Amino acid sequence: MLSLGSVGAKSTKPSFVSYVTPEEIKLEKEPPKIEKHPDLLPGEVEFCCANPILKYTQDDLSQRGIFGTLFCTNFRVTFISDEKSQEETTKTFKNKLYGENDIPLMCVDHIYGVYDEKKKLITGGLVKNKYPSKMIIHCKDLRVFQFCLTFTKEEDAKKIFQGIAHHCLEEKSLKCVFAFSYSGTPSPGTELSSCREMQRKRETILFDSPEDWTQEMKRTRANCRLVTENENFELSQRYIIRHFTANISSIKCYYYLNYKVHIWCWSHHSGCALFKASLPPVTQEDGDFQKHLDIMINAVAHNYLYSAKTEDLSESLPTIQDIQQSYNKFKQFFLIENSTDFWLSDVKWFSSLESSGWLDIIRQCLQKAVEVVECLEKDNTNVLITEEEGTDLCCVISSLVQIMLDPYYRTLMGFQSLVQKEWVAGCHAFLDRCNHLHQKDKECHSPIFLLFLECVWQLVQQHSPAFQFSETYLTVLSDSVDVPVFSTFLFNSAHHRESVMKAESPLAQSSPLSCPTVWDWSVQFDSKAQNFFFNPLYSEKVKHEKAVRKAHKPKHQRQLSLPSTAFKPPSKKGFFKDETDSLKKMLRVKRLSRWMGSPDSPAATTRGFYESWQQRPLDYHGLLLPCLDGPAVRVWMQRYLRWIPEVHIMGGGSVAVMTKLMELLSQVQDLKCVLEQRDSSQAVKLDHRPYIQHRLLSFGSSGRLSSSFPFAYSRNRSFKPIIPTGLMQSLMVSDSLASQEDEASSFVSLV
Amino acid sequence: TRSDRSSGTRVSDTELRYVFIVCVSTAKDVTYICPFIGPVRGSLTVTNYRLFFRCTDREPVFGLDLPLGVLSRVEKIGAATSRGDVSYGLVCKDMRNLRFVHKEPEDSLKKSVFEVLMKFAFPVSNNMSLFAFEYKQVFPENGWRVYDPLAEYKRQGLAKESWRITKVNDHYELCDSYPAALVVPVTITDEELRRVSSFRAKGRIPVLSWIHPESQAAVVRASQPMVGQNGRRCKEDEKLLQAIMDANAQSHKMFIFDARPSVNAAANKMKGGGYESEDAYQNAELVFLDIHNIHVMRESLRKLKEVVYPKIEDSHWLSNLESTHWLEHIKLILAGALRIADKVESGKTSVVVHCSDGWDRTPQLTSLALIMLDSHYRTIRGFQILLEKEWLSFGHRFQQRVGHGDKNHTDADRSPIFLQFIDCVWQMTRQFPAAFEFNEYFLITILDQLYSCLFGTFLCNSEQQRLKEEVPKHTVSLWSFVNSQLEEFVNPLYVHYPSHVLFPTVGIRHLQLWVTYYIRWNPRMRPQEPVHQCYKELLAKRAELQKRVEELQREAANRTASSSSERAGSPTRSITPVQTYV
Repeated sequence: MLSLGSVGAKSTKPSFVSYVTPEEIKLEKEPPKIEKHPDLLPGEVEFCCANPILKYTQDDLSQRGIFGTLFCTNFRVTFISDEKSQEETTKTFKNKLYGENDIPLMCVDHIYGVYDEKKKLITGGLVKNKYPSKMIIHCKDLRVFQFCLTFTKEEDAKKIFQGIAHHCLEEKSLKCVFAFSYSGTPSPGTELSSCREMQRKRETILFDSPEDWTQEMKRTRANCRLVTENENFELSQRYIIRHFTANISSIKCYYYLNYKVHIWCWSHHSGCALFKASLPPVTQEDGDFQKHLDIMINAVAHNYLYSAKTEDLSESLPTIQDIQQSYNKFKQFFLIENSTDFWLSDVKWFSSLESSGWLDIIRQCLQKAVEVVECLEKDNTNVLITEEEGTDLCCVISSLVQIMLDPYYRTLMGFQSLVQKEWVAGCHAFLDRCNHLHQKDKECHSPIFLLFLECVWQLVQQHSPAFQFSETYLTVLSDSVDVPVFSTFLFNSAHHRESVMKAESPLAQSSPLSCPTVWDWSVQFDSKAQNFFFNPLYSEKVKHEKAVRKAHKPKHQRQLSLPSTAFKPPSKKGFFKDETDSLKKMLRVKRLSRWMGSPDSPAATTRGFYESWQQRPLDYHGLLLPCLDGPAVRVWMQRYLRWIPEVHIMGGGSVAVMTKLMELLSQVQDLKCVLEQRDSSQAVKLDHRPYIQHRLLSFGSSGRLSSSFPFAYSRNRSFKPIIPTGLMQSLMVSDSLASQEDEASSFVSLV
Repeated sequence: TRSDRSSGTRVSDTELRYVFIVCVSTAKDVTYICPFIGPVRGSLTVTNYRLFFRCTDREPVFGLDLPLGVLSRVEKIGAATSRGDVSYGLVCKDMRNLRFVHKEPEDSLKKSVFEVLMKFAFPVSNNMSLFAFEYKQVFPENGWRVYDPLAEYKRQGLAKESWRITKVNDHYELCDSYPAALVVPVTITDEELRRVSSFRAKGRIPVLSWIHPESQAAVVRASQPMVGQNGRRCKEDEKLLQAIMDANAQSHKMFIFDARPSVNAAANKMKGGGYESEDAYQNAELVFLDIHNIHVMRESLRKLKEVVYPKIEDSHWLSNLESTHWLEHIKLILAGALRIADKVESGKTSVVVHCSDGWDRTPQLTSLALIMLDSHYRTIRGFQILLEKEWLSFGHRFQQRVGHGDKNHTDADRSPIFLQFIDCVWQMTRQFPAAFEFNEYFLITILDQLYSCLFGTFLCNSEQQRLKEEVPKHTVSLWSFVNSQLEEFVNPLYVHYPSHVLFPTVGIRHLQLWVTYYIRWNPRMRPQEPVHQCYKELLAKRAELQKRVEELQREAANRTASSSSERAGSPTRSITPVQTYV
């Protein structure tokens, strides 16, 4: 909500932005040199700096900006304004590690230089001699910075430009990543670590110990066994699963398949389970391959009479290179340097989106996940998903399946545990995929984890009361991948992590080095800001109800819903040995025939599954399916549009809803408090649910917030509407209708 | 559907069962070819108001229930097949098409399905009156009294020293498509107004629509000036615009917004129309808003229907949507309204808005600008006033644009101008979810009732016609119905900020297709539980708790007063924990 113009116009807040054009400054005398330095993090070292640098403000077309000093450290590129802004301190959602003018080195996506009005992508070769008059930095979190280098001394400009280009673009070794310097500094109070360990146990499950896995198997009632032979990564070298769980018989099988083993992901209450495995491309020894496949499927299906289905994801989903290409196209639409570009691209917005194919990839992944869910939930078959490495799309699909089926993973802690289980312990190659080291080899980069978060966002968007976390949480998580402080996203596998840590440890005393995990949110945000991670509309499960449900389901269903209608048990009496044997044989046939072969059929079959689910009453603690029709798959507005001032809705957007909701919730809570006090005074114990602390936020006057809250703050912009420029440029209605008269002369009168 | 639920049941007791009923035994004879679930067999009933289709051998029970007013076209599809089936296609104004098949009738009774439909769906073409004139439901409130122009201008705080309400159009002699009450600058006489009316298309002179409570900047609407190829001028018109500018002491400038693309405005000169030259109107700046005409909009909606109904092509959804240009038109209209609101609010300048005749694009722009500027129009009753004022009294040609009861579906005068406006309002409610008192259902109800011909509100083309037809006397107002069940239409998140101006973002990136309207017939796109249900529950929870607290407080007060140890049977304690993570 905006305040009326009279208020907006009157606001005489002192402007801290110096709105001087470059021309003006030339006339002025040299600004007094103020020595300013960034507040360095422990372990952070300043490399070089330059002053004065003009940072363009994105707010409007005119090339105006703020003067300040540009620094490059081993952690970030940072710009410090000559005039101290006060706004920074008043932010409610401030990242403790980096502010709005800081760019962690890992977060730099591309650097462009403007040489004589020509924009060029900076690569190693260009750095040598010339330095550009203007440097444009595109960040992985979609911020765009523009710095003018012409006001500073030539050597300084050259130095800062080369420094930034070198540290952001050159290939480097893992040890140079800031996390190793950061964590190398002694953390206050080492005795606290055990305490922290305890705390961690209560919260996110890291899946780095056998207990975690056992716990998880217990929780899902999985009928699997934990294999500990691989504790020291001896059995498999390339594909490392530290503790993997699998069916009993599979122990044997992974000796055959010494490089790849399948790993249990999750068990459905009916007893069937989801497995994933890496599958080498078919090689010369086809017979061997077939045998291995056979063994794997057997292992998966052995426990139960259920059939098992395998799905090779590399056959049905785009490759990681496709995904990378598509995202590269997609993100360009949001890296906007000025409002002319914005309005120009606005006209072709939808077709541009479509041409990137990004939304379609999201749809395909969700679609695949729904197919797997259908197998587990409706057909009660075991599912084995495979892929060459088994650590990319397998992770996406298996995590999505679990979120759809298991409400636990829709809580904040559950979700974090899921990421640990499927991605971190599941050996997703974060280091390679995110290209943290700027390797030249482009083949292995791909935003797979982001793709997963995108899919989760679609689910959150469609069924928000089912999720304990908010979209802000997902956005922050997607940003945190490129903050080089956390160990979570820094390694290619658990084995990799272990070996690097061991190698590093002599540097830092005797104990193995440990940097914080990303789940330690207090490293980035204070507790007030962390409130933004929670969805106020999350409908929590009522406890006793759950108990009732659980008691009912498991065992009976298993028999009723046995294989599928095609393989109905012959007699009513149940299964005895010879019967099951023959049944198994029958099932084998189905198993081996690849499931859902033709590319167009899955959509049609899952359509029915979705529709029958949709007709049932909605249970936020039950199965959750996404709608995948064209209009339902949307752009993650918060993540992608948050830095673009042209699309900020002043006083609107979801903040407005949140504010009102918070107000309502706090009223409800206050009333409940009053009631409880009354009740306790009457000595009646009513509801034992402990009150969760006020997770309520007050946004102050929400009228001043824009839709980009809590990320970008549109500052110093009076309440001016953003009026598009060049509207008619492409809406050329070509047919003759446009030139017709409005009125056909006929006059129809009412009878 | 919801609209059927609300209006349908109310109607049945009053509607005349002038019925065609497929005889009981032939219940299975009619097949509805549902594009989503396939053929459904059942019985079809047509009354003089609506069409029912019921299928009972299916779980869940499937039914269709729609007012005949939504039909824009009824046609036989193909010749009778060898199996003797007859097929009917019904094209609806609300973004769907229906298809029925039944056996070739053996007796004359069955033959009449088509005829009954043709007769009652298009009463105007058959010299019959619309169903609204038969509908006699009584509501506690009389919606015809919602809008009182004098009270509305008073609310706006019209300054008597600069503006007056003229009676020159009392008998619609000055302009038959304008309302009786017009507000003009005090310095202009009625005689001068008459001269102006000959210079403005259809006599639609510049009159006040809204005035800013503080700056006195005015929103004025008109039709195009009849400049012609020779550049005709009209002294009185120039004086009138000068007077409008002078009435606002804050600014010595004024803006004239011509809603059309400049090419079209120029082309109008050939036909005697045109736009204000800046020579004749000094201190006035002319701005073209590039909004296309009714034919372009009709075509755009037709394409949109093709894209969304019945099947959506997932992989080309976005480019298909773009090719309809629908959202681009929405963007242009919103952008135009935004510029108007900006000039009035930020620039404190008075504005004149016109298109060609001033009854299509002009009300779109003025009413959207008014919604941005004046929070009163964002309330349920305020919005009703806005529609009554800017659309109905100022003569948006609803009869022509919608074609109530008229079988001439190819009529070039039809155009979804009002739908487009409601879409723009919906876009604003999306961007400012707490700024509007009404919810989405309110907007959908208005659109459904626009076509249903159940209420008199949207009948005829002008105030004068409605009076002549005695519409208020013989029909029920939509607002009678709405205001009798307001709780249905309330946005639970509404926060009333009296002085807030809304400036929406008009980039396509922030515009969405109104899925819950345009694609609502597709069962897959229907949300199982809309989120606003959660909000409603929350409000109910708060109310419940409040009540409970009050009860307990009363109880406690009673107890202390009587200081007795006895307790009356305490109310059953059934507070369920709030299912909300707080």
